[in-house]
Amino acid sequence: MAVIDIRRRTGYFFLAVIVGHVILISTQVTTKRGVPMLEAAVFGIFSEVQRAANSVTMGVRGTWQDYFALQQVRTENDELKQQLAELRVRLQEERNLAEQSQSLQKLLDLKTSTALKTTGAGVIAGGASPEFRTITIDKGRGEGLRADMAVIAPAGVVGRVIQPSGRAAKVQLLIDRNAAAGALIERTRAQGVVVGTGADELRMDYVAGTADVKAGDTVVTSGIDGIYPKGFVIGQIQSVNRGGGQYTAIVIRPAVDFTSLEAVLIVLAPPPATTDKGGTPGADQDRE
Amino acid sequence: MKTAGVLIAIALALALQTSLARFVVGGTAALDLVLVVVVYVALTTGPVTGMLAGSIAGIIQDALSSGTVGIGGLAKAIVGFAAGVIGQQFIVTAAFPRFVMFVAATVVHAMLFMGMYVVLGLKEFPSPWAAVLSQALANAAVGIIAFAIIESLPGAIERRKYRRSRR
Repeated sequence: MAVIDIRRRTGYFFLAVIVGHVILISTQVTTKRGVPMLEAAVFGIFSEVQRAANSVTMGVRGTWQDYFALQQVRTENDELKQQLAELRVRLQEERNLAEQSQSLQKLLDLKTSTALKTTGAGVIAGGASPEFRTITIDKGRGEGLRADMAVIAPAGVVGRVIQPSGRAAKVQLLIDRNAAAGALIERTRAQGVVVGTGADELRMDYVAGTADVKAGDTVVTSGIDGIYPKGFVIGQIQSVNRGGGQYTAIVIRPAVDFTSLEAVLIVLAPPPATTDKGGTPGADQDRE
Repeated sequence: MKTAGVLIAIALALALQTSLARFVVGGTAALDLVLVVVVYVALTTGPVTGMLAGSIAGIIQDALSSGTVGIGGLAKAIVGFAAGVIGQQFIVTAAFPRFVMFVAATVVHAMLFMGMYVVLGLKEFPSPWAAVLSQALANAAVGIIAFAIIESLPGAIERRKYRRSRR
C-alpha cells in the first residue's frame, strides 16, 4: 500500500531521492575554505532562517516600541518635561540664593570690619515713583531704626532712612534729587557736598575752583553732616568742569549700583559730626 | 520478486564491470554495465523503480570506486527516473528507439556525473566527449543485445519445451 502511495507521488519521491543524494555528497565535499559543504549549506540556510526570524522579531519589537509603547514614552516625556521645568526653577532659586549669599557675605564682611553698630536689612521694594529714588527695607522701628540713619552697602554709601515704620523703613537713595551728603575727595581732602540728581549720577558742589581735583579721584563721606559715617565711599569723579567760577562742577559716578541692591546695613548709632583732620578709616577699611 | 531480480541484475552488472575493468588499459572500461541495467529496469518497470535502481547501483558503484559517494548515485537516479518517464510516455520497444535511449542516457549520465565533479571542484575531465560517445555506443549496443536476449528467452524456452514434448 505504501509502495502504491509512493508511486502516486513520483515527483515528491524523486525530489526526496535527489535531496538525499545531495546531502550525501555534501557530507563528503568541502568548500574552498575547508568547511564541509553540508555544514556550509546548513549554516547558510539556517543563517537565512535566523536572519528572517531576527527581522520578524525586530520588526515586531520595533513596531511595539515605535507605536504601542509610545503612550508610556509620552507619559514619561511629560513627566520629564515637568521635572525639567521644576529643575530650571530650582536652578534659578539656587543661583539667586548663591548671589544673595555672596551679597550677604560682603555685607557681613563690612559689618565686621567697621567699628560702627549696624544691622542688616533686606531690600523688599523699590521706589513707587520715578521722581523719588527710594527703596523699602524689611526692618523698621522694631529693630531700632530711626530717621536719618545712614544706610550703607559693601560698595559704598546707599542713602538714609527717611521714614521708618514698625517693621519696614523707607530709604532715600543718595541719587535722589533731594539727597545730600558731606563729602571729600580722598586724595586731596578737598571738601564739598554731594547731591543727587535724580539720575544715575551724583554732583559734588561747593568744591573750590582752585582745588586739586581730577577725574578718577575717589569721593568719600566726610562725616560732617551727622548722618553718614566718615570715610565711606560715595563714588569716583567722572568729570571736572572748572568754569572759571568760584566752584568746580564735578560729576560723580556712584560706587553703589542702586539697581541691584538686595541687602544693606543700617548704621544704628549716628556718628558724631566730625571735621576733616586727616585719615579716612572707614574708606580704608572698605577698600580692604 | 521483481525487486530481487533488479538487485541481482545490479550485482551481476557490478561484478562483470569490475571483472572487465582489469583487462582494459588504465582500468576504465569504455562500458557502463550498471548504467545499462538501470536504463533497462527503468524502461521495463517505470520511473520509481528506475530511480531507486539507479540510486542504489550508483551509490554502490561510487563506494567501490574512489569517488565521492552519491555523485554517481545522483546521476544514475536522475537518468533512471527520466528513462522510466520516457518509457511510460512513449513506445520504446523497437531497436532504434532503445538505441537512442541508451545513447541519450549515457550522455546525460556523463554530463551529470562529470558536471558535478567539475562544479564541486573535485576532478577535471579534459576532452571527455570522445570517451563519452564511445561509451554511449557501447552501452547502446550492449543494451540492445541485452533486450534482445532477455526478450527472446521466454520464447526460446517455450520452443525448447515444445520440441521436447513432440519427441
